[in-house]
This record gives sequence, structure tokens and C-alpha cells, in this order.
Amino acid sequence: MVLAQFVLVHLATIIYAVRGGLSGGEILARTQGSWAIAAFYGAFVIACAVHVPLGLARIAEEWLGWSGRCSNAAAAACALVIALLGLRAVYAVVA
Amino acid sequence: MNRNLKVKVWRGGADGDFSKYEVPRQASQTVLDVITYIQRRLEPSLSYRFSCRVGVCGSCAMTVNGIARWTCRTHVAKVVEGDTLEVAPLSNLPVIKDLATDMAEFFDKWARAKGSFRGSKTRHDEFARVEPGSLERMAANAGIECIGCGVCYASCDLVSWRPDYLGPAALNRAWTLVNDIRDTGQIERLRAVAGDAGCHACHTQGSCSERCPKAIEPTAGISGLKRLAARRAMRGEL
Amino acid sequence: MSGSLSTTASRRRNDFRARRHASWWAFLVHRMSGIALAAFLPVHFWALGEALRGEGGLDGFLHFADRPLFKFGEWGLVVLLAIHLTGGLRLLAIEFLPWSGLRKSWIAATVALGIAGGLAFALALIG
Repeated sequence: MVLAQFVLVHLATIIYAVRGGLSGGEILARTQGSWAIAAFYGAFVIACAVHVPLGLARIAEEWLGWSGRCSNAAAAACALVIALLGLRAVYAVVA
Repeated sequence: MNRNLKVKVWRGGADGDFSKYEVPRQASQTVLDVITYIQRRLEPSLSYRFSCRVGVCGSCAMTVNGIARWTCRTHVAKVVEGDTLEVAPLSNLPVIKDLATDMAEFFDKWARAKGSFRGSKTRHDEFARVEPGSLERMAANAGIECIGCGVCYASCDLVSWRPDYLGPAALNRAWTLVNDIRDTGQIERLRAVAGDAGCHACHTQGSCSERCPKAIEPTAGISGLKRLAARRAMRGEL
Repeated sequence: MSGSLSTTASRRRNDFRARRHASWWAFLVHRMSGIALAAFLPVHFWALGEALRGEGGLDGFLHFADRPLFKFGEWGLVVLLAIHLTGGLRLLAIEFLPWSGLRKSWIAATVALGIAGGLAFALALIG
């Protein structure tokens, strides 16, 4: 439910933002220095870092036959990658 | 209707193959009629199960043209493709021979899901009072007509992909008992169905509800179990 | 005949004929869109991280991405996200709301909403 709300806001935002073309300056002008953007997208990244690896772990178990331990380890690794890359991206546009 | 049916029937164990037979078509013929004809007239060594032949026992469940059905209630006219028919044993169960599968694991999982009633009253006590219109009783009633035919189990991909998965029938039975206010084994039952091999393995593909010959919806019961298990787990009761 | 009756090798499996129903397609679309989004996410984060090199870094990527194939890909990803979202909402409804029947109308609503989202993005891109 939480993730659904993040996604809805994000979809609405990008549909709005993309009208009339997109430039780096335009994006950064909106995002730099914004605590609201940082908070929203930071939380969004964390939610993704929880949701995405769980889904992938189930797929690995069901379609690739991985054991629970392998899939959990891979999921944890994925979560870390998503969180780090994502928070770096948020910092990149907000700093 | 003079044409013959060209019927492919599975022979042997799981590593067997289809054999072909020609069966005369008749009006209102069911797939069970076809199999019976083959065994009586063409192939005496064919093994298959049936009992009531009128759609109340579930013994005759087989895979007909790729879909699990009760053969006594499947009219050939409804499923025939041109003039061909393909009959195989139920999927996801060990094949004993030809069209007969070993149902032991299906019922073992029923027991593992704590699919049996445990009450606290004896004959010396008062009758239990159950409100027929209550939400719990209506939820239980929606699932109690299951006769253990195995069609849902054979139709479920998660049963194929996760050998431990308890399966829709066992979980449906657990759901009917979870909603039975007379039952005293609720915590053990929820623990049994709340694991990775239990309700949480279900991905709502819905093949069970789609194929159940009694129009039971295990999807609903399993969703209910997920809800219940999640709530109890969050409260630390599991 | 095989002697062991308990190994998974001793049973037959379903093929596509058992899977030709709406609810199964809904599952497959949800899973496939999830895989595609999961593959896309690191790329998305990396691209945004290019802004660390200042406005020029981000513009460099946006300029690279300003070609029709890319735009079509972006649109496709937005559609996938919309579908994955609406499919997820459908699952939450199944798990938490009271219902009965095969809910085929919910599946239809899911698809419709996903397409609507995709159309909105397409219009925004073109307009």
C-alpha cells in the first residue's frame, strides 16, 4: 500500500514533468535543495529496496530452483545495491 | 455421427507415453465413457480410477486435453478438438500406472495443514451454538463441499514449482476449520499454514478456483489465511 | 516402471493449455513487468547519479536519451510500472477486501488503468 502511493505520486510527477521536453537544468532546478524531494524519493528508494529483492527471491526459488538460503542472500545483496545506488541518485539531484 | 474419435491415452509411469485408440462416437458421450470403452474392448490392461460415474465422488479426475477435469462430467462434445482427445493422469502427482496417480502426498499435506477437526465437547455437553449467518460460518460453508478430488492440486503451478507447497485443497480445508468456532486447534493450524510452504507460497494464479468442479474458490480461503497469518504474526502470536 | 514414487521426476506437469485463463495471465504480466522493472531500476539510478557531475552530466544523458527508440522504451517502462502498480492493487484487493467469484472484471479494470497510465505518459511525451 505504501509503495503504491509512492508509485502513484511518481507517475503523476513524471507525466507532468515530461510535458514540453526535459532538460537537466529543468529537473535540477526543481530538485536541488528540496527537502521534500529528498524525503519523498529517499523513502521511495528504501521501499523499493525492500520490495524488489523479495519479488526476485521468489522468482529465483520458483523458476531457477534456488534454495531459500541462496535466494535470501541474493535478495539481501540486491537490497543493498538498490539502496546505495538509489540514495546516491537522490543525493545527486538534491544536493 | 459416424466418425470415430481418435483418442491418445497415457500409458506407463511418468516416463511413459501416449498410445492411440479409435473409439466410436456416440451422443452424450463422456470422457469416462470413452476410457471405459477402451479398457473393455481395446486395451484390457489400461488402469484408471472411477467410482460413482455421476459427479459426486471425484475419483475419475484426469487431465483431458491439458486441463484437469472430472471425466464422468466432461462431455466429449464439449472438449473434443476436431475428432481428437488426449487423456492423461493428473499432473503434480506420482503416476502409478497409466491414468492412476498416487494420492498419498495430497492427503499427507491435508494432514500437515492440520485439516482435521478438533473439538472440546463430548456427547455429555450441550450442543455447540453456531450462528449460520455469521461471517465465519458463511466463509466455512463456502469451502466445506470439497471432496478431495485433486483437480485444484493438479492445476496449480506453485505445487509444481515448490514440492513442499501444501496446495489449494489442504489450505481450503484449513480455512474452513479456521472459521469453525468449535475447533480448538487454531494456533497450531495457523502455524502449520503460515510458512513458506503454506499460504504465502500462493501467487493468486487462480487456476484452483478456475478448475474446481464444485465451484469452490481456494483463492479466497488462501487470501483469508494470508490475512490472518499476517495479523497474528504481527501481534507475535505465531 | 520407475521404482521411486516420491521424487518430483515421477510426475507429469501442466503445459500452456492449463494456463489459458485470465487470472493466470494477470500473474504472468505482473511477474514479467516486475522483472523488467527490476532490471531497469539500477540503470535509472545510475543515469540520475550522472547529475553528480553537475547539470552537464545529466544533460549529457538526456541528450543521449533524446532519440525515438529511447522515448519508446521510456514509454514502455512507464506502462510496465502502471501495469505492475494496478496489478499489485488488484492483489491487495483480493487479499484485504471481501469478494467472491472469479473477479474477471477486476482484471479488466487493472489492464484498463495500466493502459490509461501509459496513454497519459505518451501524450505528455508527445505534447
